[in-house]
Amino acid sequence: MIEFENVSFSYEKDRPVLRDVSFRIETGEAVGLIGANGAGKSTVMKLLLGLLSGEGRIAVDGVEVRKENLREIRRKLGFVLQNSDNQMFMPTVCEDMMFGPLNYMVSREQAEKKVDEVLAQLGLTELKYRHNHRISGGEKRMAAIATILAMEPEAVLMDEPSSALDPCNRRLVINVIRSLPQTKLITSHDLDMIWDTCSRVILLSGGRVAADGPAREILRDRELLEKHRMELPLRFQS
Amino acid sequence: MNKMEKALHELGEMDDLAARSSPIHDMSATAKLLTTIAYIVTVVSFDKYDLSGLIPLVLWPVLLFQLGGIPVRTCFYKLRIVLPLVMAVGLFNPIFDRAPLLFLGSVAVSGGVVSMLTLMLKGVLCLMASFLLMATTPIDCLCASLRTLRVPKTLVTLLLLTYRYVGVMTEELAIMTDAYHLRAPGQKGIHVSAWGSFLGQLLLRSMDRAQELYASMLLRGYHEHFHYAPVKPFTAKDAAYLAVCLGVFALLRFVPVAALLGGALVR
Ligand SMILES: Nc1ncnc2c1ncn2[C@@H]1O[C@H](COP(=O)(O)OP(=O)(O)O)[C@@H](O)[C@H]1O
Ligand SMILES: [Mg+2]
Repeated sequence: MIEFENVSFSYEKDRPVLRDVSFRIETGEAVGLIGANGAGKSTVMKLLLGLLSGEGRIAVDGVEVRKENLREIRRKLGFVLQNSDNQMFMPTVCEDMMFGPLNYMVSREQAEKKVDEVLAQLGLTELKYRHNHRISGGEKRMAAIATILAMEPEAVLMDEPSSALDPCNRRLVINVIRSLPQTKLITSHDLDMIWDTCSRVILLSGGRVAADGPAREILRDRELLEKHRMELPLRFQS
Repeated sequence: MNKMEKALHELGEMDDLAARSSPIHDMSATAKLLTTIAYIVTVVSFDKYDLSGLIPLVLWPVLLFQLGGIPVRTCFYKLRIVLPLVMAVGLFNPIFDRAPLLFLGSVAVSGGVVSMLTLMLKGVLCLMASFLLMATTPIDCLCASLRTLRVPKTLVTLLLLTYRYVGVMTEELAIMTDAYHLRAPGQKGIHVSAWGSFLGQLLLRSMDRAQELYASMLLRGYHEHFHYAPVKPFTAKDAAYLAVCLGVFALLRFVPVAALLGGALVR
């Protein structure tokens, strides 16, 4: 479903952030994109969504990420930003969730029905009319996920979905991610969370794909992880 | 809560106010927008000595406060930062313009004093009118209405982003002020020596965030059409309201109602 072919990118000249990155993600896969801080994980996401453009070929369902295709591609990909404060901008959770569907010409009644459905699915019904500036960080992250699901994306991209959450909220988010049937691409350096949610892992380091394979192999490879400035998931450290 | 967080909370309150329901809230944004513009134009067009002509125009905001269920106190509380600036505009007039213009009993009132009061009143009225528009109309509906009035897309998006940017910037400011005070205990305000870097950081940080926010809008299909805004249609009622308001403004502008009334009373 998602293809990267020899993708290179740099924000500033002579300081490449990504070099010759290639991978394919099939429909229904759950892939963890891991790497140390500054490895370029968020950059991969932004390239895929057409927020940045670099060299090489990126395609979604065979449709190349280019200006004229962006609307079609963004309809398929739901992106949960790292900072939920930047994701939510309408006054209430309900309005925020309806923003996407309404922009894609879904009727108001249908959009609201979808909102109720998603909130029920996530067990967040009581958040519907709450104000975005008055809900807690954990609630906001869940609400941000809900705004994306309300758009019925075919794939869900999440940038560090467990960052800045307490253990209980982190667990909630993990359970939600596990329950999603969509194709998933999740960036994180929280390898325990990746272990719980992803079956495949792509390791980015120095702007290149340093490893790509089953999570159960890569996440247990102490030598590989340490070489790229990461540690084994806590559960394997004893 | 530090000062900034309070300010942020207040911004949220603006959204709350706008989301309420009242005869004014339920009107089409276009009708409200046009009357507000007409009102501001009327107010501004008065002569700088025409204090008595301006006074009847106070009635319109008073009426809107009543009908819209917006507390007057909230308005002045929220405008407390800009009000003094507006008031300051005419402050020097009494010094430069000392020719007596009218007599109250045996006290001569100079042209400067009258023009100062007129200017202040004009400022306050315009601010109140804009506040009332914002407090009775959600920003997205306002943008949708601007689009139906053929205001260019880019300008409307700019307005929308500015509104959201103010929120983001206040939030960053709150975080940074806290961080500053934690490392500079007992200090009042922010020391002059840190202003430059503080301001620079603030702009960079809020620009980054505003950019993400805009990305989040784009990714969810924002294309400057405001289909998502809960727009209220322009009905016959709105047309009537608009017509009556325009009529009354014109009347107050071109017929010296206050003077006539005053004259009738004296006689
Ligand atoms: N807007 C930007 N301008 C310049 N450099 C940037 C910008 N955003 C990120 N970078 C740099 O690109 C590299 C990768 O960033 P990013 O993709 O955010 O990493 P990650 O998400 O893996 O932590 C980092 O070295 C970072 O400093
Ligand atoms: Mg990142």
